[in-house]
Order: sequence, then structure tokens, then C-alpha cells
Amino acid sequence: MFPTPIEKTSPVIRGAYKVALPVALLLWLLPLLAVALTSVRSAADITSGNYWGWPTSFNLIENYTAIFTNSPLAAYLLNSFKVTIPAVLGAIALSSLTGFALGIYKFRSNLFVFFLFVAGNFIPFQILMVPVRDLSIQLGVYNSIYALILFHIAFQTGFCTLFMRNFIRTLPFDLIEAARIEGVSDLRIFWYVVLPLMRPALAALSVLVFTFVWNDYFWATVLTQGAHAQPITAGIKSLNGEWIAAWHLVSAGSVVAALPPVLMFFLMQKHFIAGLTLGAVK
Amino acid sequence: MSYVTRVWQDHKAAITPWLFLLPGILMFAIYIVIPIFQSIAISFYRWDGLGEKTFIGWENYRELMRDDIFFTALQNNVIWLVLYLLALPAGLLLALFLNQTTRGIRIYKSLFFFPFVISQVVVGLVFSWFYDPSFGLFNTALMKIGLSPIAVLADERYVTYGVIIAGLWPQIAYCMILYLTGLNAVDGEQIEAARLDNVRGWRMLWYVILPQLRPATFIALVVTVIGALRSFDLISIMTGGGPWGSSQVLAYYMYEQAFSEYGFRMGYGAAIAVVLFAIMLIYIGFFLAKMYRDEKGR
Repeated sequence: MFPTPIEKTSPVIRGAYKVALPVALLLWLLPLLAVALTSVRSAADITSGNYWGWPTSFNLIENYTAIFTNSPLAAYLLNSFKVTIPAVLGAIALSSLTGFALGIYKFRSNLFVFFLFVAGNFIPFQILMVPVRDLSIQLGVYNSIYALILFHIAFQTGFCTLFMRNFIRTLPFDLIEAARIEGVSDLRIFWYVVLPLMRPALAALSVLVFTFVWNDYFWATVLTQGAHAQPITAGIKSLNGEWIAAWHLVSAGSVVAALPPVLMFFLMQKHFIAGLTLGAVK
Repeated sequence: MSYVTRVWQDHKAAITPWLFLLPGILMFAIYIVIPIFQSIAISFYRWDGLGEKTFIGWENYRELMRDDIFFTALQNNVIWLVLYLLALPAGLLLALFLNQTTRGIRIYKSLFFFPFVISQVVVGLVFSWFYDPSFGLFNTALMKIGLSPIAVLADERYVTYGVIIAGLWPQIAYCMILYLTGLNAVDGEQIEAARLDNVRGWRMLWYVILPQLRPATFIALVVTVIGALRSFDLISIMTGGGPWGSSQVLAYYMYEQAFSEYGFRMGYGAAIAVVLFAIMLIYIGFFLAKMYRDEKGR
């Protein structure tokens, strides 16, 4: 193990490490702690300039109730879920099919198709912006959650295909071959043999894609306007414009926006990290 | 037997993979592949997004060559790219610091990873307050040590760097997690052997550890470069490209021109996007070439 395990070092270093760890964490997360603390401050604290001192009163319930009752935050939040969940399911469904095709079958353009999906991951969104907006208008989905769902499914399919295909390549191929010799149809092999083995990949991708789609801001501003369709990332931005100097409310809103992906990460940490490394670092 | 059934019977093996690919390829073609070519085509037109398109040849690109803000954006993209690369050594350092087995270390690792999980919109807001000239923590700290406050986001000299620091925060967290996973897979026997040969500290890191971390470094490099060139959210939240276009980057400038308040300029925006795409293609090519070598080596 590198660096040397701390248990094998001198007591002085061990002690120093024990102190350094929480101090470093505190500094690292200071901006977030500030937001969390601001989100429970009273309006009086904000007007009197008490931003960094101890709050004069804790207004946890007042502030969080205020943002849900006095603003369309709840609508934005609901939109985020309505966009993210179908997008995750759609991308995973499509990419388990493409990943299966590219991982199992040998055909001439296999690598070309695979590279097409991979390359699609890395392009700048701006090269898609004008045509995708236009397409959404023509399909009649512009300025609705469906515009976002459709785009996210298509885009995330690229990343998911990369991951699924590489994952399927690590599965025991003999098993599939044996099923084929038995005369099991391809569709049944996919459904009964491969899909059950792909559970870890499915879990990893769901958490990761959830976070990606939830945190999307660019497409939210390009394809939707207003609280009836916009997800929370765009919502927070417009609320920030409305609540000028009401930092306690903006902070509370930010905490709400950040919470779902954070929870997702904590609940499915192992899968999340496996997904992030693109399966490249085992 | 109908014609369709006969074709199916004769070419079953060849057709099957394409049936599995069909829905994914269709979606990907409609939303990703075709729009790329459409954008390239639009960049040769003048178009307000609604009315008739007027073909103007290379005029949009000629205009770019006379556009000072375009060059500011290009230059800022280079600054982003170079400074973003700091996320690699910083992430490695953090990973080395956390690569221990003391009690509770797992919680520490996930808490350090936090900035990456939250939306860049929130990161942007957080850092806007941090830099606020009247009450932000940054200026409070400056005044504590006797310096005069700096309005980072309103100052042409500092604004880009201020935004980049905000972007580095989650990016370092990402690189850290890549390196932590990489460190997990480092061969313990090699380390022990090197220790017996009295190789320690920096030399151990350089000659024994880093070579084994190459896959992690590669992925970290790819995602960091892409992240730097994609920077949009933070600019939009923190500066809107200002003051006076001094913090522009191509990704945001494209958006601003296409949806300009003085009338949509889709063609001009598309031309900016094509330039950004061309820059990105270099990295995509580099990544695919590496993947191709790995695939052939299998």
C-alpha cells in the first residue's frame, strides 16, 4: 500500500493525521457548510450582515416552508423527477440492447458503431443546440418535459453503451455459447442469461445517469422556459434572480436541488464509483 | 414461405445484431449524429431561427476573424484547459492523503467527493457568494489580513481565474476518486519489493506508483479536458460572460449569440460551435486512437 499505512508510522505522525483529516475536510467543504448554515438563518441575519457568525436564530422550518409555499420550487422539483426517471430508464433500456449487440456479436462494422457511440459522448453540446431545438419544435415537444426526456435518452445512450458493452465483454462467453448450442433464441439469451448478469452494471449506470440528467442545466435552459416544464437547476437560477439578497431562501433552494443526487450517491456509493471510472480502472 | 420470412431465415445471424442496435442507433442518429452535420450546414447561413435561411458562404467565419470577443473566448478556453489540468496532480495528492485504512476513512472519502455530485448551478452560486465584495468569505478573509477587498467577478483581470477555481473544486474531487480507485489496484508486492530496495517517497511515487496509475491518469486527463472545453454552467451562473465579455468561453458565447437579445443569430452561433467542435475533435481522435490500440491488443 502506498503511502505507508498510518498505523506503521510514528505516534506523532499518526496524531497529526488524525487532526489533519477533519481540518482538511472542513476547509474543503467550507463553501457547502456556509450554504447549509445560511439556509437556516433568519432574514434579520441577512439584512444585518451576519453571514459568517453564529445564526441569531435557527429558521430551518420557516425557510424551507417558505421556499415551497412562496415559489414554484415544488413544481421545478417535480419536473426534475419527471424528466430524470424516464430518461434514466430509457437510456438504460436502449443501451442494454446496443451493449448486448456490440458485446456479443461479431460483425464487420461492430467497432465503427461502438466508436460512434463513444465519440458522441465527448462532443460539445453547442454543436447540437440549434438543430435539437429546431427538431423539438417540429416534434411539438419544445418547452415541455418531453423535449428534455427525449434528448437525454439519446445522449446518455452513448455513454451507457460504452459502459454496457465493456461490461458484457467481461462476462463468461462460454455460457452464452452453450445456450446458443442448445438452440435458445437470441432474445431469450439476452433476457434470461445476460440481463440477470448485468445487474451491477445496471445499478451503476442508473445512479450515474440520474446524477448527470438531474444536474443538467444547459438543455434545461435551451429547451424549456417557465415553471411548468423547467427542472430545478434552471429553476434555482431564475429564483436567484427573483430573490435578490434573500440569500437564506436561495441557499435553502440550493440545498433542495442538491439533495437527491447526494442521497443517490450515498445510498449507492459503490456502484456510483464503478460507473465513474468507465470500467477502465478496476 | 413469404419473401420476408425467407430473407430472415437465410440471414438471421447477420440481421440479429442490427435488430438489437436499431432503437439505440435511431435515437442516437436523430439527436446526435445528424444534428452535427446540420449545425455545420447552418453555419453557412444567416438565420434568425424562424424565417428564411440566407446562404452567405464563409461570411460567418470571416466575421469571427474580426470579432474580438471570439478571440477572448478562445484565449479563455486555453486558460481553462491549462489550469484545469491542475486537477490531476491536486486530485492525486488528495487521493494519496486519503489512501489509508484508519477508522471512518470511507466516510471521509465520500465527503471529499461531494462537490462532484452536486449541480454546477449550486457550485456557481456558492462561489458567487464566496467572492461577493461586501460580505463574501474571500474578502472577509482578505480584510482580516489587512488587504483591501477585490471584486473578483467584476474585475476583468481576475474573473476568469475566479470561475476556473470554482470549476476546479468538483473536478479535483472527480480526479481524486479516479486515483483512489487506481491506488486500490496497485500491486502491493511491487511496493514491498521497492521498499526492500530502499525506494521511498517521491521516487517510489514516480517510478513505482505512477506507472501503475496510468489507466486512471488517462481517464482523468480525458474527462478534465472535456470538462474544461464544455464549461458553460459556471459562466452562465457566475458572470454571464462579463464584465464586457472578459470571461467568455466558446460554449457560452455560442449560446449568447444564437439567442442574442438583439435577434437570434443561429448561423453565427453555429459557426462558433463548429470551431469548438473542431477543437474537441482533436481530443476525441486521441481517445479513440488509444481505444483502438487497446481493442486490437486484446
